Order: sequence, then structure tokens, then C-alpha cells
Amino acid sequence: MKPIVAGVGMTKVGEQWSKSLKDLALEASLEAIDSSNLIPEVVVFSNMMSGRLQAQDHLGTLLVDELGLRGLPAVRVEAACASGGAAFHVAYNMIKSGLYNIALVVGAEKMSDTSTEQTTTALMTAEDREYTGFYGASFVSLNALAHRLYMERFNVSEEEMASLAVLSHENGINNPFAMYRKKISIKEVLESPYVADPIHLLEAAPTSDGAAAVILASEEVVKSKSYAVSVEASTMATDTIRYYEREDLLTFESAKKAFANAISASKIEKTQIDIIELHDAFTIVGYLTLESTNIVERGKAAKLIANNKFSLSDKPSVNTMGGLKSRGHPIGATGLFQIAEIYLQLTNNAGKNQVDNAKVGVAFNVGGVGTTTSVSVLKRR
Amino acid sequence: MSESVPRYWRENKVRERLIGSKCENCGKITFPPRKVCPYCKSKKLTEVELPKEGKLLSYSIVRKPPAEFEKYAPYAIGIIALENGVNIISQLTDVDLKDIKIGMALEGIVRKYREEGEEGLIHYGIKFRPKLK
Amino acid sequence: MKPLREVGILGFGGYIPMYRIKDEEIACAWNAPTSGLPVVEKAVPGPDEDVFTMSYEAAKNAIARAKISPNLIRAAFVGTESKPYAVKPTGSMLVTSLGLDNRSLAAEYEFACKAGTEAFQSAIALVGSGMLEYAMAIGADIAQGRPGDELEFTSGAGAAAFIFSKKSEETVAFLEYSVSYVSDTPDFWRRQGQKYPQHAGRFTGEPAYFNHIISSVRTLLEETGLKPSDFSYAVFHQPNTKFPLRVGELLGFSPEKIKPGLLSPMIGNAYAGIVPLGLSAVLENAKPNERILVASFGSGAGSDAFSFVTQEALEEKKNLAPSVSDYLRRKKYITYATYALYKNKIVR
Repeated sequence: MKPIVAGVGMTKVGEQWSKSLKDLALEASLEAIDSSNLIPEVVVFSNMMSGRLQAQDHLGTLLVDELGLRGLPAVRVEAACASGGAAFHVAYNMIKSGLYNIALVVGAEKMSDTSTEQTTTALMTAEDREYTGFYGASFVSLNALAHRLYMERFNVSEEEMASLAVLSHENGINNPFAMYRKKISIKEVLESPYVADPIHLLEAAPTSDGAAAVILASEEVVKSKSYAVSVEASTMATDTIRYYEREDLLTFESAKKAFANAISASKIEKTQIDIIELHDAFTIVGYLTLESTNIVERGKAAKLIANNKFSLSDKPSVNTMGGLKSRGHPIGATGLFQIAEIYLQLTNNAGKNQVDNAKVGVAFNVGGVGTTTSVSVLKRR
Repeated sequence: MSESVPRYWRENKVRERLIGSKCENCGKITFPPRKVCPYCKSKKLTEVELPKEGKLLSYSIVRKPPAEFEKYAPYAIGIIALENGVNIISQLTDVDLKDIKIGMALEGIVRKYREEGEEGLIHYGIKFRPKLK
Repeated sequence: MKPLREVGILGFGGYIPMYRIKDEEIACAWNAPTSGLPVVEKAVPGPDEDVFTMSYEAAKNAIARAKISPNLIRAAFVGTESKPYAVKPTGSMLVTSLGLDNRSLAAEYEFACKAGTEAFQSAIALVGSGMLEYAMAIGADIAQGRPGDELEFTSGAGAAAFIFSKKSEETVAFLEYSVSYVSDTPDFWRRQGQKYPQHAGRFTGEPAYFNHIISSVRTLLEETGLKPSDFSYAVFHQPNTKFPLRVGELLGFSPEKIKPGLLSPMIGNAYAGIVPLGLSAVLENAKPNERILVASFGSGAGSDAFSFVTQEALEEKKNLAPSVSDYLRRKKYITYATYALYKNKIVR
């Protein structure tokens, strides 16, 4: 029994001054519901920071009523930047268990309601407040520790480190939902100011507002082949929340475990993968994900991308719709944007960025510094 | 986002003296102290004070700080490998940002981390600086 | 004064912040003449330092030299006029951060620039009476001076900690005698809630500084029968470079005996920290069996005078912690703008 992706919905990502968190979630949800032609039986809401940024929790219930579905069971799932993948994992298991037949998973984050400092502070709640946040580390700076160590250990240049950001922007140009639809050059990345050395502003995914939604359904209710995408696996794994406690600072154990489990559950060979959506909140997260999962050799990810590997014409292609860097990173929505983007590719709806004959797509949604990883494997039926 | 007073107080000894825990079964030391050993699952752990000298493993310079750290920005944070092999995270102080190097010898002293405004509590903890001697 | 049982210094440690501003830089900022300045440069704490953190480091050095477990120490006294909290003891913060015994006395002393040696007297008394085996007394200050005021040219920063125990082969010096001398002389003060002190200009000299130091030292010499020639070193309070040399001259102590402990030209007047720091510097230079005169001055006004005699253990213990000269060498010059930022005179 494989859960089926029966429909998706996305809002434009960016600074959406006139739309509230609820408006965004509603917009993506209604679109997903309409495109699926199904009425959900349960709602799973992914969001990380609404309690701090909007002083609003109880999001599942808030949304259900607005959707005109008063009375439905609804929960909110939070796993920092991996909230979207975690919510998808929860909904996947709801369908897989047979208890529900149709689930709406919606992720939304509204980050423009607060000042940069408030948002920076809220993002740090992904880390251990007492023994990481206390010390004044910003979330970017923790990733910068890995970034610097990676450059040092594998002799990787600044230019090579910037390459994933350039690749994502290259692909984001043709994504109508993306926040920044423009090309950037290595030179522009390296000339942009440091946010936390050695990470430049243009190596960090922008904070943004946005929502994405997915309808998951059981094979029971979607017999028709027009529902073309199945979920072959949805896995999650975690690591110690304190980055400094890792045995190896350059291995994402959570990605390694979640991917290994996804491969064995889906019975899909690595060579079959056509599309990989990497969580490029920072370029280093993308590289360490590719390397920890053995998709590429240790120390090679940045160098390979700098040499044009993983482009749209390559197999696999990476971040085909712009990744977090170009599309934007509305935290709780990101994991569901990744699913929705793979869905577009597998249903031949990716427009100018359509990857030829795309059959299998894998999304890595990462929370913390490789602390929580969810892996979703989608396949054209 | 200010800590509550009891929340700050609960941790101040651990933060200022670097108290970790040592597993009586497998011997591994972790910081901060734990109730269950993450390596061998033993629940027999005892408190130990960690050495305050070590080497810098990696560092970053925070230019966009979280709230209440604005006054000190830009400042450096780093992962320090203590002499007994335990890694911790800390701010670096008394050093020119451009002089920071991976591998440099550091020592821990107590410094101010932030203040809850003019009237509130002052938060202290260990910071690391280039070894003096 | 002499305690019931003989008391010695078991460990000592100094601390000086790394930043320095030259008096010339301050003069330029105020468009003032750059000649005849009271000190060459002064120590400035970094933005994450205060009297607690400076005391902590001085105490850490003192504990290293004392060669005892910190949990044997049962008193943490800090003499200062710039404690981080007006109400909340720095002493108890030191007990927790250094791992002293919780069954400790902990308090601050305030007597302007002599608060540090006032803390000495209490620690000595507790050990001398047998109430305690080990007691720590610290002098520490981040001196305040109103921007543009003449105090701004000298207000420095520093701390020094002393651990007292009964005299033994482990002590680096023992106390021979002490005198305290006070009178109500309003030469310098800071009213409750005010940020900067007021001073009475030239009145701070003869009736205040000179009268009180001379009175305490002459009393000490009279009551012990010692002569200036019996002392190898003399540490006087140092609000500038001139006063300690001048009071030495009046009392019969040559500049050679004063200079090893004369730190104000390099770090400014660290208020309650300066005399304990001067004594630390002298101990780091002294040999066993030398006599040291220490005379503090605190506005308002008073002076504590001590005679210490160094012992054999000094030779070995000197090198167990960073020395005052290590801290003097470690310096980074800053501009007046950075100084104003670090001292919270401009706030972002």
C-alpha cells in the first residue's frame, strides 16, 4: 500500500506583506484540495515559529475551520527546518496505517512580520537553547562552523563552496513561485557581505513568507491513473541537537540513516534517481547531505557542482526549481515545496525546467545543522 | 528573548565551571551533564569539571546576532576541543577577529554574555581567548 | 596590628585587561594639550568584562599559586567601587564560578581606592583569629571618570587576588604588622545612583592622599621600630605617576624601591585594584627574605599600611600563573571611539 500524491498547491514565496500566515496556508491548501478533487479527512500543519513570530499556535484547528472543514482532526508538526518533511512523514504514516484515506499536509511560515533580530532569535530555537543558543551563536554561524571546517579538511575553495547557490539560482529563474528569479555569479556571491563568516549573504537561503500543501491519499480511493505519483518511502532520523557533540563534524548521521532506510524501504537503486531536492539553506548543508548519504564521495560535492554536475541535463538533477536559495525558505513550508516541486517534475508540469522522462525524485528536508533529516522518495506510477 | 531568572540560575554553575558528566561504564565524558550515556546507555554518570584549555576546531564570526547580543557584534564563536578530547561551543574573546586560526591554543575564563537591559540580570559563562602563557 | 597567629600569603594573582588607550589619544579627543599628562596609557576592559570577571581571573591565578583545591577557601571578599550589581554580592558569584566552599563568607568592601586592602584586613583577621584556614581578598575596579574630566586620563582597570593562610613553608610572604588610619576627609565621592565620581581638585593631595598615607606609614614604622632602609620595596597608592614617588620621597623611600610596584604609568589608576596589583608585581620580582611596605589610600579618607616579608616558597610559586608583566605585555591600543564604545559612553 503506497500513499499517493493526489494534488499539490503552492503560494508565491517572498515578502507577502498583505497576507497573513493563515491566508498563505489557506491559499496553498485550497489549491491542493481543488487540484486533487478530494476532501481531506485529516489535516497536518507544518510550521516552526508561529508561537514566537505571530503569537499564534493551535494552527491545525485554526486552518480547518477556515477551509470549511470544521470538525476534522488536525495537528501541527514541528521539527525546525525539517517541519515540512516531518509533517509529510506523519501524514504518510496516517495513510499507510489505513486509519485515514485522505490527508492534507500543509506547511506555512510567515517571517516578515518581525524584525531580523527577532527572526534570528526564533530560528535559534532549533538548537539547544541552554548550551548553544546561550553562547550567542546564530543559526547561520553554526552552519558556518561546518562550512569552514569543510573547506579546510577537503581543500575546497570559496568559489567551489558558492557553486550550489549559483546552480539553484540558475534553475529558479523559471519557477513562477520562486522569490529570487535571477541568475547569480560566483563573483557576486563572494562579493556579497558575510552573514556569519565564511558564509556570504548569497550562500544563505532568504527568510520568506510562503505555503505549500500536498494531498496524500490511499490507493483505495485513488484508483485512477491520473493520480500519477506515489510515495515510495518517507523516513526520518535525528542526531544530537548540539552540533559540537557530533563524532564527526562533517557527517550528517541523520541524513545517512534516513536515506539508507528510504533506499531499503523503497527498493529503488541510487542510479534510478532522476531528481534530488537538497535542503540548501546554506550550500554546506547540500554538500554534506550528498556526501553523508554516499551519493557522492567525501569532499567532492562542491567540486562536482562547480564542474557543472547535477544540472538539469544531468542525472540526477539537483534543485530543479531553484532549491531553498532561489525559491526562498519559508521554514515550515520548505519540505512541502520540495515535494510539490518533485510532483511537478514527475507529472511533466515543470515547464522550461522539465527534466526529461523524470521518474524518481528524492527530497532531503534538513532541520538544525543536519540534526533532523526527512527523506521522501516519490515515483511516477 | 530573555531567560527567566530560575532558568539562568539552574545552569550557571555548569556554564561557569564547565561541569560535564562522565560515564562510569564506558568512561566517555559529555558536556553538559547527562542522565543517560549517549554511547552505552548506562545511567551511572558522575559530574566532572572539564579542563579549560584546548584548541580551536572551527569558528565563525557572527555579524547578524540574535537579540541581546547586538552590543557585542561582530564576535566570534568556535568549537573548542578541550584537552581531554571533549568538544564544546563558546564565544572567543580578547582576540582580533582577523587573528583567529584553526588550531590555536585557547583558555577559558568567565566573561559576560549579555545583559537583560540596564536593570535586569547579567548573564555570564566561559569564553575562550588565546592562551596567555 | 598583629593577628593572634601569624598569617601569610599562600597565593596571589593579578589581572589586567588587554586594551590600552594612550593619554595622548584622550587629550586629542578633547583638544587638550598632549604634554604633562599624568600617565602614559591606561588599561581598558573589553565590552564583556566587569569587576566580577576581572576578579575571577585574578582569583584563578591566585588559586594556581596557592596550590590548594578551591573548595578549601571559605571567604571571598572583593574591595571595589564598581561592582556589577549595586545590590547582589560579587563574592557569592566567585564562590560558585570558582568552586569555593558554599560554607563561605562573601562580601564586598567599599572604601574608594583602599577597598582592596580593607578586604585584606578582614581576611587576615579571620585567618589570624583561627576562624578560617583560607580566606581570599580581592581588590578590583574599573575606574570611573567623567568624559573630559581629568580623571578620564588616569581611570584604569585591574584586579589582584590574595589568598591568606596561617604562616607556613607554603606561604610566599608573611604579614609582619599592619596599621589602618582614617578620618572624614571629603576629597572624592560618588553619590548614590550617580554614574561618575566628584572630586575636590587639589584638595585630594595634601590633606587627603599625603596626610593619610604618611600617618599610616609613620605609625607602622613607630610601632614596629622599622626604618625605611629595612624595606626593599614600597607600594603606595598610585592615582598618577607623581604622587607615589612624592610620598615615598617624604617618607624616605627611594624611587628604586617604588618603581617595581609602580603600575599606574602603564595601566592608569585601577582604584581598589592598583595597590594589590602593585604588590603582585613586586612579589613577582622579589627574592625570599625581603621586606615590602604596602600603603593604600582611599578617599573619604584613609590608608592601610602593611609590612610583608617574603619567604622561600615565593621562588617556585611565582611561575605557576601568568604574571603582571605577562598582562602588561599583552596589549592592544584602541582609539577614543572604540574606548567610548567599550565603556558604554556611546550605545548602539
